[in-house]
Amino acid sequence: MPLFRSTREPIDPLVADLTAALDADRVRADGAQRSLAAHDASVFDGGIAGPVCFPETTEEVQAIMRIAEQHGSAVVPRGAGTGLAGGAIPLGRPVVVSTGRMNKVLSVDTDNRIAWVQPGVINLDLSKKLRPKGFHFAPDPSSQQVCTLGGNVANNSGGPHCLAYGVTDAHVVSLEVVLPDGQVAVLGGAEDETPGLDLRGAFVGSEGTLGIATKIGVRITPNAPAVRTLLLSFATVRDAAQTVSDIIAAGVVPAALEVMDQRMTVAVENYVAAGYPTDAAAVLLAEVEGLDGGVEIDAARIEELGRANSATDVRLAGSEKERAALWKGRKTAFGAVAQIAPDYYLHDTVVPRARLADILEQIYEITDRHEVTVMNVFHAGDGNLHPLLVFDAREQGTLERVHAAGAEILRASLAAGGVLSGEHGIGVEKQAYMDELFSPADLDHQNRLRQAFDPACRANPGKVLPMGHSCADIQALREMPTGVWG
Amino acid sequence: MSTLTSTDRALHDFAAQVGAEDPIAVEGNRTRWHLGGPLDELARLVEAPTGIVDYQPSEMVVTVRAGTTVAELHETLAAAGQTSALPDRGGTVGGAVAVGENRLDRLGRGSARDAVLQVRYVSAEGEIVTGGGPVVKNVSGFNLPKLIVGSLGTLGLIAEVVLRTNPLPPVQRWIRAERVDPRDIRDALLRPGAVLWDGTSSWALVEGHEVDVDAEVDKLATLADIADVDGPPELPPHRWFLSPQGAAHVDTMTDGAFIASIGVGTVWAEEPPQPAEPDPVAAQIAERTKRLFDPSGRLNPGRRAGA
Ligand SMILES: Cc1cc2nc3c(=O)[nH]c(=O)nc-3n(C[C@H](O)[C@H](O)[C@H](O)COP(=O)(O)OP(=O)(O)OC[C@H]3O[C@@H](n4cnc5c(N)ncnc54)[C@H](O)[C@@H]3O)c2cc1C
Ligand SMILES: Cc1cc2nc3c(=O)[nH]c(=O)nc-3n(C[C@H](O)[C@H](O)[C@H](O)COP(=O)(O)OP(=O)(O)OC[C@H]3O[C@@H](n4cnc5c(N)ncnc54)[C@H](O)[C@@H]3O)c2cc1C
Repeated sequence: MPLFRSTREPIDPLVADLTAALDADRVRADGAQRSLAAHDASVFDGGIAGPVCFPETTEEVQAIMRIAEQHGSAVVPRGAGTGLAGGAIPLGRPVVVSTGRMNKVLSVDTDNRIAWVQPGVINLDLSKKLRPKGFHFAPDPSSQQVCTLGGNVANNSGGPHCLAYGVTDAHVVSLEVVLPDGQVAVLGGAEDETPGLDLRGAFVGSEGTLGIATKIGVRITPNAPAVRTLLLSFATVRDAAQTVSDIIAAGVVPAALEVMDQRMTVAVENYVAAGYPTDAAAVLLAEVEGLDGGVEIDAARIEELGRANSATDVRLAGSEKERAALWKGRKTAFGAVAQIAPDYYLHDTVVPRARLADILEQIYEITDRHEVTVMNVFHAGDGNLHPLLVFDAREQGTLERVHAAGAEILRASLAAGGVLSGEHGIGVEKQAYMDELFSPADLDHQNRLRQAFDPACRANPGKVLPMGHSCADIQALREMPTGVWG
Repeated sequence: MSTLTSTDRALHDFAAQVGAEDPIAVEGNRTRWHLGGPLDELARLVEAPTGIVDYQPSEMVVTVRAGTTVAELHETLAAAGQTSALPDRGGTVGGAVAVGENRLDRLGRGSARDAVLQVRYVSAEGEIVTGGGPVVKNVSGFNLPKLIVGSLGTLGLIAEVVLRTNPLPPVQRWIRAERVDPRDIRDALLRPGAVLWDGTSSWALVEGHEVDVDAEVDKLATLADIADVDGPPELPPHRWFLSPQGAAHVDTMTDGAFIASIGVGTVWAEEPPQPAEPDPVAAQIAERTKRLFDPSGRLNPGRRAGA
């Protein structure tokens, strides 16, 4: 093997070892590939990636882990890079492990109602594959056309239809995980309960800091025979929020309850003409699933509760085409925003449902004061807000104003009894706020959990826990990307 | 500062009682007292604080101290048309969380693990630690509640939990069915609360709106000889953890009586289960977890989760 490239640049010994373990075109140390791996979909400036590897098997992931360990390198797992909290941003020049080539659905076991997949399988591809068999994978993030199951597991992702069915966590039965020392652990299994600590549950949502998931067993959910989708319009956001609380209080468990404010519906209508009214202050998209009789009753109850809260219009999707159009509008909401301003910051907090209307009022007040445009589209049924701050980063001082507004929204949510994130995770985005939610003892115990999997802090270091906790504190991470907030 | 730091006197008293020094275990109602091995006789026994702290039916969450009985909790929830995923078999909330077993109607109510949104426990160092958060959706930091559920009090002594509640279905009907493969019952019903099988007869908990329940029961009548019954059969004492398909074939694995939860995999059997063979690397992580959370081994000494 030649030790020198034609440019006479010496080959990095780490790259040489990785190349020997995989093959040359699956270990990329060129500038183009490394700069792609430096970013995710968050607003943060990228980090600095080391070599980017594309393993195809668990054994190759093990080899990468061992080589990285020998060279003292950290490792960052990477799915599709759609994360919004900076979880896949490489800090401290780590080896980046892309799951892009581990994209096979290994088997679909309808008897046990489990699908076994590799981590790079795209969320929607799995549901498409299950559809002819009468099943689907319930978590449906808006990014489902591109995001991976590995990313869903690492971020414990949600989606509109997680209201009735639960977020990713409730659908993962088993994980094969390569630990930072290269060993393979199997967590959970096809059994509903496995004796001992629930390490599977501890891994879900760990944002790539405990190891790399190389094989995932997920529950598959039978498609419901009957669906009713309603669109309710309101003259105030408060009426929409109150309707959501009343529906839950009435014991109805809709499959989805999504709210959009007027700025959002206008943007969506300009973009895909989904059929939303543009004159309502807020719309509520409600869906119920089940058997024919029950969905009729639940849909009628939702209409009744909407009317009691002064709904100005209640429309039942009359056809599958109309229903698909309403959902297309909801799921392309973020795309629609691109026509309004070049940049957006999608926030994510959770508050008790009863506080939704108050917090929304505060969000409008905060963003007005900071002269930032805000649009709202959110998972109202579980109190999960997604204020979307749109801006043009080229205008001087804008990023700082967005930052300040974002921080105030976060603090308002915490003051209302909420939490930092409902589905996007902490990553680097909200690290600095962790000690506003948790005490030092709480964070110390979170760090102990992390160390049980990764004693040397080599999996995705510098994420989740705030600086000052050992894994966030290693020297190499001083090389932080510029522009990280907080 | 921390919005989750507890100001609750009862919790601080419990932490003071637990202290930071000697071997210690929480005594609940002793309905699963022998699980995980014999308790070291030097261990001091304490009781967890009791009482329902906060209940907002429209938020579908309840904050309850660990010493409260599941029966008392469920009585309060039932008054608002709700229940929780914890098993009500004479034990305490803290015991149910420490043990982590699912209810018989797990298909309908969900799992105990998914029900615990936030947990407050007293650590081996005698400090109150909070994991998770009090709302129904949360990915803020590492998932300590998942680690604590089923940890049998070996990582921390549970003082208080915030649980997700679920609405009680408008109608629940237990049906007994003969001459049918229980898997056909499972496949015929969209969302049964439970499907059980003893090797001969099957039981189904059919629930939901009355029209749907009637339609589902009519469907069962085309598959099997059915009759309405008061409730599920008596459960044998031992629990086996199988896959859903494994449970459907458990008749080939034991000569003793059993009740298998079809579509779930849990089996209640007369005979004790074969010892499980844990994944060796997962076992190492579990051991490291125990050492990191309880360096001196003072919490529930002698017992091990999964033993
Ligand atoms: C337009 C848009 C809409 C979105 N809508 C939603 C939504 O509705 N709901 C929602 O929850 N999220 C949403 N997201 C966020 C994002 O899509 C999800 O977090 C998604 O699950 C990330 O998947 P990914 O494959 O892109 O992961 P990446 O961004 O590549 O990685 C995310 C994290 O997972 C880790 N990781 C990836 N693969 C593995 C693995 N195999 N093992 C261990 N760790 C791994 C990474 O290290 C990183 O920390 C949205 C994002 C965008 C851009
Ligand atoms: C006949 C029978 C049938 C049962 N059937 C089922 C069933 O179908 N499904 C099911 O899920 N369960 C079932 N159970 C189990 C049981 O009812 C629950 O797990 C229960 O709630 C345990 O509570 P307890 O107070 O009795 O705990 P105990 O038996 O007193 O304690 C159990 C263990 O947990 C520890 N512990 C107790 N409280 C705490 C605490 N606050 N913090 C830390 N550690 C603690 C104890 O130290 C001990 O190691 C059954 C029990 C019996 C007797």
